[in-house]
Amino acid sequence: MRQGVLPKIILAAYLVLLMLPIYWLINLSLRTNSDIMSGMALWPHNPTLEKYVHIFKDPTWVHAFGVSLTYVAINTIISVTVALPAAYAFNRYAFIGDKHLFFWLLTNLMAPTAVFAMPFFNLYYAVGLFDTVWGVALAHCLFNIPLAVWILEGFVGGVPREIDETAAIDGYSFPRFFVRIFLPLIANGIGVTAFFCFMFSWVEQLLATTLTATNALPFAAVMTRAYSVSGMDWSLLAAAGVLTMVPGAVVIWFVRNHIAKGFALGRV
Amino acid sequence: MARITLDGIAHAYGGKPRSEQDYALKPLHHVWEQGMAYALLGPSGCGKTTLLNIISGLVIPSEGRLLFDDIDVTRLPTKERNIAQVFQFPVIYDTMTVAENLAFPLKNRRLPRAAIERRVTEIAAMLDLTGVLNRRARGLTADAKQKISLGRGLVRSDVSAVLFDEPLTVIDPALKWELRSKLKAVHRALDLLMIYVTHDQIEALTFADKVVVMNDGKAVQIGTPDDLFERPEHTFVGYFIGSPGMNLMAAKVSGSRALVDGVELQLSAVYPDPPKGQRVQIGVRPDYTELSSMAGAPVQVRRVADLGRKRLAYVTLGGQQIVATIPPEMSSIGDQAKVVFDPAHTHVYVDDIRVTGAAA
Amino acid sequence: MTGKPINNRAWLFVLPVLAFVLFSSIIPVMTVVNYSIQDTMGANNFFWNGDGWFRDLLNPSTAIGARFDDALFRTLAFSLVCLMIEVPLGIAIALCIPRRGWLVGLTLVVMALPMLIPWNVVGTIWQIFTRADIGLFGAALTGLGLHYNVTQDPISAWITIVVIDVWHWTPLVILLSYAGLRAIPDAFYQAAQIDGASRWAIFFNIELPKLQKVLVIAVLLRFMQTFMIYTEPFVVTGGGPGSATTFLSIDLVKIALGQVDLGNAAAMSLVYYLITLTVCWIFFTIMTQLERRRDA
Repeated sequence: MRQGVLPKIILAAYLVLLMLPIYWLINLSLRTNSDIMSGMALWPHNPTLEKYVHIFKDPTWVHAFGVSLTYVAINTIISVTVALPAAYAFNRYAFIGDKHLFFWLLTNLMAPTAVFAMPFFNLYYAVGLFDTVWGVALAHCLFNIPLAVWILEGFVGGVPREIDETAAIDGYSFPRFFVRIFLPLIANGIGVTAFFCFMFSWVEQLLATTLTATNALPFAAVMTRAYSVSGMDWSLLAAAGVLTMVPGAVVIWFVRNHIAKGFALGRV
Repeated sequence: MARITLDGIAHAYGGKPRSEQDYALKPLHHVWEQGMAYALLGPSGCGKTTLLNIISGLVIPSEGRLLFDDIDVTRLPTKERNIAQVFQFPVIYDTMTVAENLAFPLKNRRLPRAAIERRVTEIAAMLDLTGVLNRRARGLTADAKQKISLGRGLVRSDVSAVLFDEPLTVIDPALKWELRSKLKAVHRALDLLMIYVTHDQIEALTFADKVVVMNDGKAVQIGTPDDLFERPEHTFVGYFIGSPGMNLMAAKVSGSRALVDGVELQLSAVYPDPPKGQRVQIGVRPDYTELSSMAGAPVQVRRVADLGRKRLAYVTLGGQQIVATIPPEMSSIGDQAKVVFDPAHTHVYVDDIRVTGAAA
Repeated sequence: MTGKPINNRAWLFVLPVLAFVLFSSIIPVMTVVNYSIQDTMGANNFFWNGDGWFRDLLNPSTAIGARFDDALFRTLAFSLVCLMIEVPLGIAIALCIPRRGWLVGLTLVVMALPMLIPWNVVGTIWQIFTRADIGLFGAALTGLGLHYNVTQDPISAWITIVVIDVWHWTPLVILLSYAGLRAIPDAFYQAAQIDGASRWAIFFNIELPKLQKVLVIAVLLRFMQTFMIYTEPFVVTGGGPGSATTFLSIDLVKIALGQVDLGNAAAMSLVYYLITLTVCWIFFTIMTQLERRRDA
């Protein structure tokens, strides 16, 4: 079972294998290019932060990082805000077409972004959203809003309907009830939803690069420019890569307790 | 197996207990006799489930020894203890039929097929499950599933004790009575030691030959339902058993008299003066506290409750709130009334423990 | 979902969502449909083509048909291989995670990390990792004498992409399976102990049945994601060598944005989309069936 030594060994081995490519990236990011090309080393013998410094000093990189964080933040806020009333409606009410609408939302979650690359490109160009953070933020709503509705609907379901009824009897107007009573009750759910929206928007690159050119170029696209005179600037690339992992690591470190709790409650 | 002995069993979750507070189960000595039905009764968190799990082997006690007959089984794994356990909610194997569920423990012990079939049919008949033997266990009602859980425990003929952990929790109230009777019938038929954990006193008092009342990790009193009702050894037992619970009043006791807020009560025995600084209380059950139309202690009537078969009056004596029964012949009750206590059922508690007096 | 008040006022609640769905999904799809049934002879000169594009696409003897057929087959094969590895592996690892203790939090955080990396960086990580000169994986394999070359050998390329996907997404299966396993009350394990069940019996009779719903979700998500995969193979192999790892998304983007072959791209998009819709619908039906059977 989970007793005994064998499961722990397997788990440890798996975690090590999982971290190995990431470790390798960190390894390379702390070495110079000449060092890298001169031979394999399992750890950096002369670690240097010069590439990181380079990135922090370069306005293009910094701007791109800011761009990425911005559209992810905008998208998360929009997705959660728009999804909240909808999740409430899906769970608490029955209305004409509710099941069909829910299904349609879920299919958007599964939509191949490649299918939407071309039409989004044309559409956003036409309305002037091309190469803007808002454009990417809105494009990511394609899958993040359905995701947010799906997750939040589950959490709304966890709040007993009696609370709604009691509030109505107590004379709360609906907006006041929703904001002051209901939202605090699903605070955990909102946190989980925001986390997933953040995650899926942060990692998606096809739309983010297709719909941008210079102003709103995300960090990932700038990374493709990591060429130097002598070929691919591996250590710069590695450093940039490591930096893209930081927001994710930070976020998950902060929500780790909520996630563990979520598992304990069986609500994930 | 004839009996289970608890020799100084105590348990503190987390290992090293520093004070009495850290114990989930305080040191306990008790012998469970074979063939008897016991109830472990107490509120949530009193340690009853911990005790049950120690007996079944799911928890290894941090102190003490557990003996089955005279064999030390404290660290013996559950598989080898020959006990059966029924949980709060039905635990059945979804993918199997009822018959396969019942046969499962025997298959794991590699009994021959004929023996398994015979035993399964026998137990199914005892539990009225014969009609559903070939149905998927998954689709049945909660009470049927609990019967299957029980059946899986009984199907092993070498089983020596059956442990129940609040098994009627998810059962429809209408079916609870039926299931309870079935449990009693099984008990009589198989002459097994049964230990039944519950927080519901009705269940405990109707099922058990002897009840162990627990509170805060301690076994507060062990006795027959009658013992618990008539002679509660601890104020907790007085309060927990009976509906409503015992009336407890702060009092001064001297000899064969008790003084409650200036009202004098007669006691049935002579009590020594309790040492200073100890809390003295008089306990009388509402059943033995009656409103009287003649003499008695003056009380103010707060409200009257009509429960059909009896009527209760919630009154205040001096500064203390108690409950009294209203005799059937008394028709109207005003704001003021008089209350009589039956001295034979009046108990004295010093620091929550009952004190026996000398004969008067 | 019974016993809910019928309240069409609820449409007000879903209006914002509807607006976005319209903007993000319906209008773009309409655009695609538009392109798929028309042909153009240069800037803004459109005329009707009916189902011409579709017929070409679905006919394996035409150039585009053969190309589509190959890409589809490749992608389906890829999805299948990944599923066959990730689902058993995910369940197995989930079984190794303890039910409580400090190790749980750490494990969950470490496992989530690969899923939080932008997909192109995932590609970059493995681009580096698989090179024989600067990457541990590549160096180790060539050091063992194996003929491993991601950019030139189709088999190496395929294996690499599969390994990347397994590395990247098995944690999702693990986390979902673990959540499902945690939801099993302790009492079931205790009862199994009392019944003398073996580890295998516990797995087949208790754990696997209770994981059904979670596994359906996991399979659906993984199938969809592998079916749509774009960024990782694009960064690591560019779709090559040749067209060895040119999956459906990559091919589609090549045709749509690279060659600006709008008609074919549009037709391909719609067929692609239709396939995903159908699979979605199948899973949705299975899910509701499972729910119904469970509540029975």
